[in-house]
Amino acid sequence: MPWDRNQMAARAAQELEDGMYVNLGIGIPTLVANYVGDKDITLQSENGMLGMGPFPFEGEEDPDLINAGKQTITELSRTSYFDSATSFGMIRGGKIAAAILGAMEVAENGDLANWMIPGKLVKGMGGAMDLVAGVGRVVVVMDHTNKHGDSKVLKECTLPLTGKSVVDRIITNLGVLDVVEGGLKIVECADGVTEDELRAATQATIV
Amino acid sequence: MKKVYGSAAEALDGILHDGMLIAAGGFGLCGIPELLIDALVESGVKDLTVASNNAGVDEFGLGKLLTTRQIKKMMSSYVGENAEFMRQYLSGELELEFNPQGTLAERMRAGGAGIPGFYTKTGVGTVIAEGKEVKSWNGQDYILEEGIFADLSIVKAWKADDTGNLIFRKTARNFNPPAAMCGKICVAEVEEIVPRGSLDPDLIHLPGIYVHRLVQGEHEKRIEQRTVRKREEA
Repeated sequence: MPWDRNQMAARAAQELEDGMYVNLGIGIPTLVANYVGDKDITLQSENGMLGMGPFPFEGEEDPDLINAGKQTITELSRTSYFDSATSFGMIRGGKIAAAILGAMEVAENGDLANWMIPGKLVKGMGGAMDLVAGVGRVVVVMDHTNKHGDSKVLKECTLPLTGKSVVDRIITNLGVLDVVEGGLKIVECADGVTEDELRAATQATIV
Repeated sequence: MKKVYGSAAEALDGILHDGMLIAAGGFGLCGIPELLIDALVESGVKDLTVASNNAGVDEFGLGKLLTTRQIKKMMSSYVGENAEFMRQYLSGELELEFNPQGTLAERMRAGGAGIPGFYTKTGVGTVIAEGKEVKSWNGQDYILEEGIFADLSIVKAWKADDTGNLIFRKTARNFNPPAAMCGKICVAEVEEIVPRGSLDPDLIHLPGIYVHRLVQGEHEKRIEQRTVRKREEA
C-alpha cells in the first residue's frame, strides 16, 4: 500500500531535528506539524511570524492572526511577529533550516515547478521562489504521479520553474528519493511498495 | 505639523492623480488599508499601478478597485483569490507583474531606504530572471532587482500617536512597514489614535517620519479562511 497523506506527512516530519526553524507549505506539508512529536520545532509563517500555533478554538479566531495560507491560527509563548521584508530576510539569509513544500513537478537535477500552469493556472509564486532559493534544505512532499498516472518525478520539468537545482529530498506516496550527482537515489520505499514499482513510476534517472 | 485627518477621503485630498504608483500594505485581507481603498474607489482616480502582495477578493479590498477598472497594472506575488482579477488579466485588460513575495517586500524596503537596486538569488534560473542583469559572488548567481519608489503609500496599523508613530498588531504588520517606507507620501489608517506620549517609544514599529497623514476609523477586518479546532473533551 502506498502512503496516504498523513503517512507522507509523518515521514516528512522525520526530516526535522530538535531546534530547527522550519517553513511548511500549503497542503500535505501543513499536516507535518501534527507529527513533530516532542521535538522542539519553531514554525515560520512567511507573512511575518515565528512560532506558529494550531488553529484557534471556535469563537477565538482573530482576523489579525493568520498564516501564509490565510487561515486563522494562534500564537505560542515563543511567538514573535515581524514585517514581510524581515521575514524574507531570514529566509533569503539562510536562517530557516528547512522548507517542506508541495510540487507539481520535480526533476532529477533538483529543479522544482510548483507555481503555474501556463494558460490554466496563473495564481503566482507567493513566497515559494524565495524559500527554495534561501532555506538550508528543501524537502518536497507530493504524490508520485498525477491524476492521469503520469510521473511527476521527471528527467526535466515541463512547467515554469520555481527554482533551479533547489530540491534536496523528495517524499512521495511511493517512497523517498534524494537528489544526487547524476540523478535520484532511492532512500526508502513506502510500506509494501517494491523498488521496481517505485522505479516504474519514476521518469527521472535513478542511480 | 498636523497629520490627523477627519476621514479617509480628506486624508487623500490633493495627493491623487491618474496613472500614479501606489504601494499598499496587507497580506490577503489581513492588515489591508480598507478605508483608504474605499476612498480611492470614491475618488475615481484611474490608470493606477498598485504594488501589493495580493489583489484582495472580488468584492473586498483591492478587488473593489479592480471591479471599477481603476487599476491598470498590479505588482503582486499571489492573486489566486480573485476571479475578476483573473478574468481581466486573461483578457488582456489588466497588466500583471509577478514578483516573488520576498523580492516585492525587499523592493519596497529598498525604495524607502534610498536603494535603487539590489541583487538577490530568488528567481535565478526562472522566468523572473529574464531580462535582468546577473552577477556572481562565490560561484552563486544573483539577479538585479529594482527598488520601488511609489507616489503614494496606503497602509493600515493598529495604533498611532498624533505624530504618526505606528504600532501594528500580530500578522497584520506584514507588508505595511515596507509599503509605508517606499512612498513619497504615506497615508496610514489606524484603529486608534492616541496622544503623543501614550505609546512606549521602545515599542514603536514604524517611526512617524515615514507617515505623513493619519486617519482613524472602524475596520471590518474580514477573515478569508476561517479555520478552527474542536475543544477537547474535559
